[in-house]
Amino acid sequence: MTATAPRATEPGWLAALRREGAARFEALRFPTTRDEDWRFTDLAPVAKANLGAARAAGPLTEADLTPYLFGHAEWPRLVFANGRFQAELSRLTGLPAAARVEPLADLLADAPELVEETLGQLAVQPASAALVAQNAAGFTDGYAIVLPAGAVVDTPIHVLFVSDANAVLGTTLPRNVVVLGANAVASVVESYLSLADGVALTNTVTEASLGEGARFDHCKVQREGAEAFHLATFDARQERDSYLNSFSFAEGAAISRTNIYTTLAGPGAHATLYGLYLGEGRQQVDHQTRIEHAAPDCTSWEVYKGILDGHSHGVFNGKVYVHPEAQKTDGKQTNKNLLLSETAKVDTKPQLEIFADDVKCTHGATVGSLDAVPLFYLRSRGIPEDEARTLLTYAFAADVLEEIRSRPVVDHLEDLMRAWLAKAGRRGRAAAGRESA
Amino acid sequence: MLDIKNLTATAGGTEILRGITLTVNAGEVHAIMGPNGSGKSTLAQVLAGHPSYEVTGGSVTYKGQDLLDMEPEARAQAGVFLAFQYPVEIPGVTNAYFLRAAYNAKRTAQGLEELDPMDFLDLLEEKLKLVEWGPEIMSRAVNAGFSGGEKKRNEILQMAVLEPSLAILDETDSGLDIDALKIVANGVNALRRPDSATLLVTHYQRLLNHIVPDRVHVLAGGRIVRSGGKELALELEERGYEWLTDAAGAVA
Ligand SMILES: Nc1ncnc2c1ncn2[C@@H]1O[C@H](COP(=O)(O)OP(=O)(O)OP(=O)(O)O)[C@@H](O)[C@H]1O
Ligand SMILES: [Mg+2]
Repeated sequence: MTATAPRATEPGWLAALRREGAARFEALRFPTTRDEDWRFTDLAPVAKANLGAARAAGPLTEADLTPYLFGHAEWPRLVFANGRFQAELSRLTGLPAAARVEPLADLLADAPELVEETLGQLAVQPASAALVAQNAAGFTDGYAIVLPAGAVVDTPIHVLFVSDANAVLGTTLPRNVVVLGANAVASVVESYLSLADGVALTNTVTEASLGEGARFDHCKVQREGAEAFHLATFDARQERDSYLNSFSFAEGAAISRTNIYTTLAGPGAHATLYGLYLGEGRQQVDHQTRIEHAAPDCTSWEVYKGILDGHSHGVFNGKVYVHPEAQKTDGKQTNKNLLLSETAKVDTKPQLEIFADDVKCTHGATVGSLDAVPLFYLRSRGIPEDEARTLLTYAFAADVLEEIRSRPVVDHLEDLMRAWLAKAGRRGRAAAGRESA
Repeated sequence: MLDIKNLTATAGGTEILRGITLTVNAGEVHAIMGPNGSGKSTLAQVLAGHPSYEVTGGSVTYKGQDLLDMEPEARAQAGVFLAFQYPVEIPGVTNAYFLRAAYNAKRTAQGLEELDPMDFLDLLEEKLKLVEWGPEIMSRAVNAGFSGGEKKRNEILQMAVLEPSLAILDETDSGLDIDALKIVANGVNALRRPDSATLLVTHYQRLLNHIVPDRVHVLAGGRIVRSGGKELALELEERGYEWLTDAAGAVA
């Protein structure tokens, strides 16, 4: 069981948050497929594994991280191993003097009032209640970004959450808070990585408060191990004219569920939600997004793409909820899936719930395999079939990566996708070989 | 170069080609004409190896090889090129990437080193001149949003890059304005070599004014019902196909 982990230095409100979380999680436990929001993803294996808290990580060096680093050497970096901050591997230089970018535990010890109105206040969607409760009860650490009005941190802050062998058969509960003052700008890449194989649970929660005119780029890169369970909730609240650009890349874990939620609370707020998920073997990869249009004149744009191979199962459930006061809402939501095998499957459910009358909202979803016509066209130009398939598969998804603002991040994810496709190509050839043998 | 004997083919269970026999020698241009739905594109696609057509009989020998036994990509690597009647849009793949991949696939098949992007750009610059295009087109996705005429011109650009031995042009002249027609015709003529051959599927004599054929064949109902010299095309322009298709119907 995940025990509460209060610290002596924590303020009363936080202790209360932890107590409530523990009680709530005790009552709710992990959701089951009887819950409409969890219909397609069965967490029974997670519940059954009954994992306690992860042990502290063993010694880590820069070399352990090298394969997962990208971008520029001067990017600020925070590293957490099994949920604990690794000061010697982190680098917090080059930030504006007024910016606070640091481990959440440090900030809570020093100036908890800076996040009091955000931590535990934004991640309130019922679908994520059990996950958020478990996290609140036991979270150890995570990143905190608090920027005063007008502060601009233009380079992405790379946050790495790594799990080593000591996390196997354990639970890691990262907790992150972002508070952006008016017109502040920040960009974060959250990477989730496993340095060792084995069953382990990560249940992470990120809350982001975007002040008027603020901009936040959030990119989540989930590459956990083949036996890992990955649960994640991101929930933002956006004031007037703020802009959230969210990207979720998922290729790891046995079972993963990523919730990306935002509330457009002030007029003129704008959210773009993008995602790319890749599944193979028996992977279960689930995304749920929810955009609450709670104010007039807000826009949201969403594109999620999935490529599923083997016996993998992709799930996309996106809801755009337009409150009665959210007139002149402009929302568009798209989910496209490409199946590379006959045994892969996708459940996709884009949903609109509209309670205002003057809105423009569309949604659509597709599930299909590679189109034979372009495939023949490429082959007729001499491009071998596997290469043509890889090229078309890449082309299917690559455009969504371009929506990430930081070029080095785009390049990195392109590399990951190419590596994944090369693996898929090898699997395909191996399978074809077995058939013809 | 190309020896087609008694070729029959079906699509979705329907017989479309009903015994085509045709020999094209190196250095020659053959025009294939015929009414809509007579099987011209089917013949072209079968030669390129389109998987939705099933060859039910006959043989095709290309440079001494059994063409029908080769995968589409192997045919292309061996020098067969089909300019599609309806070129395909491939969003997300740039023209530059596509052309280089095709070019390098051919080089790899020939046991040559791949050309790196910079060297390939130099080569492209030459080829672009042939179709009177600037380099902007290279960063656009293959045929995506191209006009009908631009798509046809892009087929000729691909042909110029791949330098085929056997070029099959399926109505590459349809939908072109007069200037574009000249550009395409000049491109095809410039790419002709004594050791290459061209199969031109067309409805119009006007293309044949620019690319003069050695032989003209009329396809009707999946068969070649008439073959002749370039004057046959002029006769067709005058008289239409009815006199031939009636005759063919009478024979059948
Ligand atoms: N894949 C297919 N499945 C079923 N029928 C097909 C298929 N491809 C072609 N056909 C049919 O075969 C016949 C010949 O078609 P084809 O495209 O070869 O004609 P064409 O001579 O090129 O005509 P056009 O001058 O209009 O281009 C037509 O009746 C067409 O509908
Ligand atoms: Mg045709």
